[in-house]
Amino acid sequence: MKTEIVKKYLRLDKMPTVWCPGCGHGIIMGSLLRALELRGRSKNDIALVSGIGCSSRTPGYVDVHTLHTTHGRAIAFATGIKMMKPDMSVIVVMGDGDCAAIGGNHFIHAARRNMDITAVVYNNGIYGMTGGQVSPTTPYDAFATTAPYGQMEPPFDIVELALGAGATYVARSSVHNVPKLDELIVKGIKNNGFSVIDVITPCPIAYGRRNKLTADPMKNMQWVKEVTVPRKKAEEMSEEELRGKWITGVFRDVEHVGLVNLYIELEEKLKRAKENKGEEA
Amino acid sequence: MRKVMIGNHALSYGAKISRAQVIPAYPITPQTEVVELLSEMCANGEMDAKFIKVESEHSAMTASIGASATGARVFTATSAQGLALMHEVLHWAVGARTPIVMGNINRAMAPPWTIWTEQTDSLAQRDTGWMQLYAQNSQEVLDSVIQAYKVAEAVQIPAMVILAAFVLSHTSEAVELPEQGKVDEFLPPYEPEYRIDPANPHAFGGLTGPDGYFELRYQIQKAIEDALPKWDEVGAEFGEVFGRKYGLIETYKVEDAKNLIISSATLASTARTAVDTLREKGEKVGLLRIRIFRPFPSAQIRSILSSVDRAVVVDRNISFGASGIFYQEVKAAVYNEKNPPPIFGVIAGIGGRDVTKKDIIDIYEDIMRMDEPKSDIIWKGVRL
Ligand SMILES: Cc1ncc(C[n+]2csc(CCOP(=O)(O)OP(=O)(O)O)c2C)c(N)n1
Ligand code: SF4
Repeated sequence: MKTEIVKKYLRLDKMPTVWCPGCGHGIIMGSLLRALELRGRSKNDIALVSGIGCSSRTPGYVDVHTLHTTHGRAIAFATGIKMMKPDMSVIVVMGDGDCAAIGGNHFIHAARRNMDITAVVYNNGIYGMTGGQVSPTTPYDAFATTAPYGQMEPPFDIVELALGAGATYVARSSVHNVPKLDELIVKGIKNNGFSVIDVITPCPIAYGRRNKLTADPMKNMQWVKEVTVPRKKAEEMSEEELRGKWITGVFRDVEHVGLVNLYIELEEKLKRAKENKGEEA
Repeated sequence: MRKVMIGNHALSYGAKISRAQVIPAYPITPQTEVVELLSEMCANGEMDAKFIKVESEHSAMTASIGASATGARVFTATSAQGLALMHEVLHWAVGARTPIVMGNINRAMAPPWTIWTEQTDSLAQRDTGWMQLYAQNSQEVLDSVIQAYKVAEAVQIPAMVILAAFVLSHTSEAVELPEQGKVDEFLPPYEPEYRIDPANPHAFGGLTGPDGYFELRYQIQKAIEDALPKWDEVGAEFGEVFGRKYGLIETYKVEDAKNLIISSATLASTARTAVDTLREKGEKVGLLRIRIFRPFPSAQIRSILSSVDRAVVVDRNISFGASGIFYQEVKAAVYNEKNPPPIFGVIAGIGGRDVTKKDIIDIYEDIMRMDEPKSDIIWKGVRL
């Protein structure tokens, strides 16, 4: 990565990170840093919010306004910030557990009201920080400490969830396609509404070791490559072939007014009404 | 059979041997091993139980209440943030009179994020109506789960078995696993009077006005008061059957003691060794360990305190704006006595700061030099 970007956006005194060798979280953070630079505005009007998990350690390392908050609630904290600081870019980073388990309700409601927040989901299909329990995106049949004989519940598809709930920018990529990831995060930040970027990433330690990938970073990265399929290619594949795969690409990119702008409009309307009343009186 | 296990697994085996039938749980450090072992035992058939991988602790407790309302024996476990998230439904579990047993691993609350031990998480739930038991070693953890079901089901009030993060949750000890047959005899299946039963429909949780609510609250208080002798009775019966007797409190060298150290959980274990050393130095000191915190054993504590000259309560918790919580409760218990001894309140070990035997000896020697308690908090070990 360009040294200037590293120096500008990283808290170098907090290095090294806590992430395990081969963890994909650092790659996502790298993309995020480049996206912040490509955003092209002062870093002083960026708020980076996380819940808790390995992924949620990101704000500890990034030199913007950062909040490390409670499990699953990052979006709710971010909502409060955005409503009072509408000019700031508010970005939430979270794990799949944070996003779709304990914080699932906040996620769908932020999508419904099209909150102008960018949610970057570090989706490793496992609770990394607590040592490998199933998450809502653990693949069917995969092994975890709370699924020692295989996960019997079906996973959530975070993209489908976001689409169904009303997010206006919805995309998925992986740590295997970094240039694309940079691009998607920038677009997400620039979207004037709720943006979701679901990033498939490996957790060699809590997931890989239990799922025949060992802790070997290369094997885990290979797995990411195998389970992700670009949209175009997916169109030519059968349902059978697509089982257990995550389709990547941009799934929605539309302009639609969100709560932040609705409020700004309302405030202006009320102001005008007051002024008119004043003129009448 | 003796088995080496960590404190967390003592909770799991306690739930297994008590034949828990439903375990809704959400992982959190330092509780994870409790539920990981249970999920394994549910999956491989060692337990005839369902493990529900819920999406948060709020759901863990809510599903526990639902399952308990069907007449099932329910177990769950959590810690700190997870327990706090349950708060709303902790009240519900009591009001619904569902005798759930839950393990809580005492961990300090965030922010700042931390995982080390402190009792403020569970003590902050003291007014929910949950019974609370603070265990000092893994054997007591396992034995207490069995006893907790027996008491909880008798009075229809849920109970928490509480242990210190890492100091106990992750420390390996040899634990005697009681025989299943004997446990089955000691703890027969749960047979509630009311349950969700298609053959006998009921409505649960209906709206109640001021004409009925008061009495329901009164009944909860009566039930938890009834639990006080019940814990003693069950602890004594446990002793007869399994050879290990338990009470509401535990005393050590109090018979001739002039001064008393009062504490709970693993801090009390450390204090016990301090008492030995102080005795060698000629001090007439004893230890009172509070095992059951809710219901609070006021009478038992009063009776021990009636014969001492002074007492010091060592708290690893704090009620901000007041003082250590065990200290408050002990003081309140003796306030109406004729000549209560002066009681000193020490706060130590916050956020998992180590409290050593030497610290306890220092605390004791410090308070012996004081004339009277000058404030409600004596800080031990805070770096200013
Ligand atoms: C209320 C509450 N429950 C549970 C936890 C424990 N906890 C911390 S992080 C985490 C899940 C981490 O998984 P994920 O969100 O997928 O992120 P990852 O670590 O995989 O990046 C859990 C369960 C907590 N901190 N607070
Ligand atoms: S446990 Fe998994 S998610 Fe957490 S840092 Fe290690 S590899 Fe990454």
